[in-house]
Amino acid sequence: MHDRAISSQTSTFANGGEAVGLVNVTKRFPGVVAVDDVSLGIRSGEVHVLLGENGAGKSTIVGMLAGLQLPDEGHLTVGGRPVRLMSPVESLGAGINTVFQHVMLVPTLTVFENLVLGDAWWRRPLRAKIERRIIELQREFGLKVPLDAITGDLSLGEQQQIEIARALLRDSHVLVLDEATSMLTPQGADELGERMRRLAERGLAVVFITHKLSEAYRFGDRISVLKQGCFAGEIDRAILNEMSEKQAVDEMVRLMFGTSDTAAPMVRPSRDLGQVRLSVTKLATAGATEEMALSDVSFEVSSGEILGIAGIDGNGQKQMAEALAGQRPVIAGVVELEGRDITFASVGMHRTLGLRYLTDDRLMEGSVGLFSVSDNTVLKEIGFPPYWTYGFERPVIISAHARGLIDRFSVHTPSEATPIGHLSGGNIQKVLLGRELSGEARVVVFNKPTYGLDMQNIAASRSRIHKIAEDGMAVLLISTDLDELIELADRIAVMDRGRICSILKNDPTRPSEMRTDIGRLMVGEAPAEVVA
Amino acid sequence: MSVSGTQATQSTKEPANGPLGEARHVRFLFLTIGPIIAALITSGLILVAFGINPITYYIFVIQKGLFSSLGLEQTLTRMAPLLFLAAGLIVSFRAGIWNLGIDGQFLLGAVASAALAPVLLGVVPGWLMLLLGFVLAALVGAVWSILPALLRAYQGVNEIITTLMMTFLGVSLANVLVKLIFLDPNTTVPQTRTLPVADRLPRLFDTTISSGLIWALGAVLLVHLVMTRTAFGLKLRTVGANPLAAAHAGLSVPRLTTAVFALSAGFAGLAGASEILGVNGNVPADWNPAYGLMVIPLVFLARFHGVGSIVLVFFYSALLIGSESAARRVGVPQDFTLVLVATLLIFLGLAEWLDHRRRKGSG
Repeated sequence: MHDRAISSQTSTFANGGEAVGLVNVTKRFPGVVAVDDVSLGIRSGEVHVLLGENGAGKSTIVGMLAGLQLPDEGHLTVGGRPVRLMSPVESLGAGINTVFQHVMLVPTLTVFENLVLGDAWWRRPLRAKIERRIIELQREFGLKVPLDAITGDLSLGEQQQIEIARALLRDSHVLVLDEATSMLTPQGADELGERMRRLAERGLAVVFITHKLSEAYRFGDRISVLKQGCFAGEIDRAILNEMSEKQAVDEMVRLMFGTSDTAAPMVRPSRDLGQVRLSVTKLATAGATEEMALSDVSFEVSSGEILGIAGIDGNGQKQMAEALAGQRPVIAGVVELEGRDITFASVGMHRTLGLRYLTDDRLMEGSVGLFSVSDNTVLKEIGFPPYWTYGFERPVIISAHARGLIDRFSVHTPSEATPIGHLSGGNIQKVLLGRELSGEARVVVFNKPTYGLDMQNIAASRSRIHKIAEDGMAVLLISTDLDELIELADRIAVMDRGRICSILKNDPTRPSEMRTDIGRLMVGEAPAEVVA
Repeated sequence: MSVSGTQATQSTKEPANGPLGEARHVRFLFLTIGPIIAALITSGLILVAFGINPITYYIFVIQKGLFSSLGLEQTLTRMAPLLFLAAGLIVSFRAGIWNLGIDGQFLLGAVASAALAPVLLGVVPGWLMLLLGFVLAALVGAVWSILPALLRAYQGVNEIITTLMMTFLGVSLANVLVKLIFLDPNTTVPQTRTLPVADRLPRLFDTTISSGLIWALGAVLLVHLVMTRTAFGLKLRTVGANPLAAAHAGLSVPRLTTAVFALSAGFAGLAGASEILGVNGNVPADWNPAYGLMVIPLVFLARFHGVGSIVLVFFYSALLIGSESAARRVGVPQDFTLVLVATLLIFLGLAEWLDHRRRKGSG
């Protein structure tokens, strides 16, 4: 094991002192609370890991540290003093340097030119001085910085080293590395871990953002876990040192996916399942650079049943939902709705036959923000009676329909003519839910239905999903919130890298065991036992 | 503050449906009338700098463009092609497609109708000749937009660039056609064969106003109705406002995008035909009035609203006609109209920016 003792003489910050902090920070985006009342202290001389799933709020925190976003509530501190970082320049001025997931260097310039970009324009860059510093860095941290190479010719790992070198040249106190290992080889990742260790030993505060548990364990002095925008807990070095890697992973899984106090246990009467409504056999879709391919996805959902789909975000859940709704081309497999082959049916045909899809992207995909609430309620039925006759709009009928929906789903809106973009996320979600449930719905696919909602709306949405199944519809519930799945689902399938790796029978009476089993499957580790 | 902000935003996007609040009127004055007045004052100051009384100049403009019968007839006749172009722009802008290639589409439509009409003269009845001329012009205009349309619909290539590039090609191609293929052998200056005045679109009553104006007004109103009241219009607006949501709702975004290009360019072709079959009778070599570039800011100023566009096109035509004679009378260069229009555009941009900032501040 490394010697974790901190040995820095050069740092202007006292060792162990707080280099940068977040104090009760909240950041909202339209319809979503990205970061919810988070407080963090990042100390000099430590590698502080921010761990969480996609959407847990990590990138928003990076954005605030880098001066790209301002907190709505709360504030940041640098060296104990409250600051407002209004721009990247101010963030750099405060000694915070951020290395983003995607390299931010100009590929056509030489490394030297990239290093001096952003210096005062009236001064000639002092090449000799930079050369001297680079040699120092090479010696101390093993950073390879070929000053005259064209940046674009270097590998991504080498480019990342240049970004780190740039941060060190600027005398940063805080180095933020956002998903820095995502494009490195395992060996490159280990080298980065080693380098972070040495930087911390020199008194820098290193913030390392990741969703990989083993990296968090190996590289971190302190691990802060974020869960759906909230601070879920932290594990510090003293505790980590006493744990084996397996115990640490278990603890992190517990924090990332474990109980939250929002879960209000709902009593589920045992349901008699009806006939199979939706049957999916060996479904596959094509992948692309940033899109997971689906392969060999098979399951059935019966009338009155809720099939939960668990998995770390971005493992093919969205692609599966889109393929089921007819929005994404299927390259292999069969989808049957009540015995009818709908694999290649159009989006409109899926809807007509009763397969409804509630997208997770309620702002960018589910609704047209500039259009009124009433137009949005009929967005999937444009041109159809009774809302249109001979292609002409019937505004009175559409408004009446919208008012009925607003009433039934308790949407809070000034009127049905208000642009839907002015409503809160919870209310937009209610409008979309009302739209999907109008008419003859047979199967409803929910993609992260409660993501970014406040507690009251979460509870209301969950009881609606529950009721939909009670009414005999088949429900596919995709969620990254395990509590939600354990509360609602009859069975839970776990998706990993575009496949369904396992389908478990849900047992809400032993939530912690369920959580552990599912959590382990989600991070690609085998659970204790698998019940089909 | 927030309530007025809400209403104001709504009125921009949904001019037809928005509630008639006080805020809407104030905002309309601020965004439309304000820049016009500011532009008149600024251009007036430039005239003063030249030692010319701006009041005299503006009075000449108004007298010639609006209050002399000959001038008014010229103004109304000039409106026809501009209105057809406005119809094409309203379709494309409301659908979020920036078809800036209407000048090329216009010119090729004009050449096509100028080439076809004299050939058909005497072969088919006059009304049929005119109809075929218009249809061919629309088709040729639409064909000229196929490349940008397909690139946009299936490859996501920015149509602003491609349509502008197609305009350069279109203008040159129109020239080639006039000089090499469709030229009238009986004239020394290259131009197409001239359609006799009697065989052009009939004039209205006892005036010199071309009846193309009626068709053009109809086109703008029809487009406005379709875009705001029909299922097809809502589909196009959905594609324009949020293509992801359109795909989610089951609309075929590529097909609708292609349709928008065809319609928009088709109207540009009709504009060309109305200018040739209604007014000029032939296309001379090197002719390019660049009407499209004039109409774009007007349609923006009218917030893509049909009636608003008609009103603005009317005033703009009057300005064009009036300033031609006013320039001669007070000794200002012809191109002073461009100074006036340019100042107007700058102030429009400023008003828009201020409005945006104010809304951001209050929202």
